[in-house]
Amino acid sequence: MPDPTQTSALHTVPPIALRRRITDHVMTGVAVLTVILVLAPLFAIFAYLVYRGVGSINWAFLTQTPKPVGEAGGGMANAIVGSAFILALASILGVPVGVGAGIYLAEYGRNRFGDVIRFTADVLNGVPSIVIGIVAYAIVVLTQKHFSALAGGVALAIMMIPTITRTTEEMLLLVPQALREAAYGLGIPRWRTTLSITLRTATSGVITGIMLAFARVAGETAPLLFTAFGNQFWNLRADQPTAALPLQIFNYAISPYDEWHRQAWAGALVLIILIVTAVSAVRFAVRRGTFGAA
Amino acid sequence: MPAPQPVEATKVSNLPPAGRRAEPFLRGSRGETGDRVFKVAMLLCGLAVLATLVLIVSELVLRSGPSWHAFGFKFFAGHDWDPVNEHFGAMPFVYGTLVSSLLALLIAVPLSIGVAVFTTEMCPKALRGPLSFFVELLAAIPSVVYGLWAIFILVPILSNYVEPFLARTLGWTGFFEGPPYGISMLAAGIILAIMIIPIISSITREVLMVVPQHQREAALALGATRWEMIRVGVLRNARAGIMGGIILGLGRALGETMAVTMVIGNRPEIAKSLFAPGYTMASVLANEFSEATGDVYLSALIEIGLALFLVTIVVNALARLLVWTVTRGQPSRANA
Repeated sequence: MPDPTQTSALHTVPPIALRRRITDHVMTGVAVLTVILVLAPLFAIFAYLVYRGVGSINWAFLTQTPKPVGEAGGGMANAIVGSAFILALASILGVPVGVGAGIYLAEYGRNRFGDVIRFTADVLNGVPSIVIGIVAYAIVVLTQKHFSALAGGVALAIMMIPTITRTTEEMLLLVPQALREAAYGLGIPRWRTTLSITLRTATSGVITGIMLAFARVAGETAPLLFTAFGNQFWNLRADQPTAALPLQIFNYAISPYDEWHRQAWAGALVLIILIVTAVSAVRFAVRRGTFGAA
Repeated sequence: MPAPQPVEATKVSNLPPAGRRAEPFLRGSRGETGDRVFKVAMLLCGLAVLATLVLIVSELVLRSGPSWHAFGFKFFAGHDWDPVNEHFGAMPFVYGTLVSSLLALLIAVPLSIGVAVFTTEMCPKALRGPLSFFVELLAAIPSVVYGLWAIFILVPILSNYVEPFLARTLGWTGFFEGPPYGISMLAAGIILAIMIIPIISSITREVLMVVPQHQREAALALGATRWEMIRVGVLRNARAGIMGGIILGLGRALGETMAVTMVIGNRPEIAKSLFAPGYTMASVLANEFSEATGDVYLSALIEIGLALFLVTIVVNALARLLVWTVTRGQPSRANA
């Protein structure tokens, strides 16, 4: 028995529902607004970086050392090479330890002691970079009696290790147990299995982790302030103060000279381009080389 | 008729000893030595991680000794920072760190939650990937580049438009008064907010995605609008995890150095107005550490570093605990 009053009651919108609907629309609008507010600085930063940076990058910038104040020209070639040098030192020190610790956690660390190391790595990950700079200063600089590229490398290595350790562990745990068992079944010793089967299968993931850590420390300035210290000239000795791109950007940015500001923007653009190319180059190589299918 | 089963069971339990006896034959002695060497080498790498943390703690504690003996607890209550007379009080730095970080949270939290809610609950599927990619791109920009941008773009905008506006409308509160130089606590808070948004929003997104789908369906089935569904079905259930993300963001903000140093003004004063310059624990280290002369000066700075280290550890541990209870454990679901 169809009751006309009932159906109409279902179709009319009571006033409270209207208010709820308006709230719904308003909140959707608010969410969209937050997205715009968050993305605006991102685009503003990249736009300014390209706008100010592209005009300032030239051959001299990439090939010369800094000129004294007042002289036009000069560049950050020594800082670019210095950064690469410090990062190479950091990688040599940090990558083996990080990967090794990751292997330990994944293959032998399913116990209380493993949990301790896992927790330690997480804690290390949260230590402010400036504090790591202090420790590198205390350990290396005070022992050597002067600032050095090595001290900067040690500081950055300490920052790389926890990230590499945790991603390596995660990637190794993703390798199916059956692969390890197959290797054991063939009589292959455990260490050989870990290196040639497990680690190899997880290579691309492990390298991604390493690149993540690398990208994170490549732009770090704070831990280099009183370790690598900076240098106006070329230096490729591990025991001498060395220029680094982020340091140079910082020093030029807070200076009062327009010419130096211009170079700071150029340096920032170069820094970002270098980080992005380094990361994508390695990823590309890993994908093509070892794992066509990965 | 359950006759044959017990016999089989005993057979199986007899197997492992036989297997163990066969092992040396299968592996050979060379594998054994190699295994032992390899395990020790990997263990050393693991111990290196542990040793690094121990080293950090011990260096900080030992080297902050002179300052600790000279000032004790008063170090963090003192207002004077006078390297010439070797009298040090860290209060202005503690204040600056706290205020700039809280200001950053105040700005970043609503924005990050909004972005996370939009990406998980509202936007079309095709937009999800690119959106989270762009937000995470913010995390890849080096701190010093943020600082550079802040000096040349953010600070002029603040001093020309935002600060005069705030002074006119909210000046009576006392938080927004004084000359609008741009270089200020406010600038530091804003740049920190931009830097911690990716952290808070990516963790919030993860936590929202763990909320069971049936919570959403139940809310919708009760006649909730989409926003009501998000509020009651999603955000309520994700509270603990979101809190964890916020605290993780706080941890990052507390230790952030370069961008803050470049815009906060670096003056050890405690001012009520957010337009006034300030100083943070991290930036005093950045500015003065390499020039510190004298044991007490250096150890006072290291003591600030130690305090910063301890605070970030506590904050990070708390955050991880909260995120874990949501993404792994049951307690939060039991509450819901």
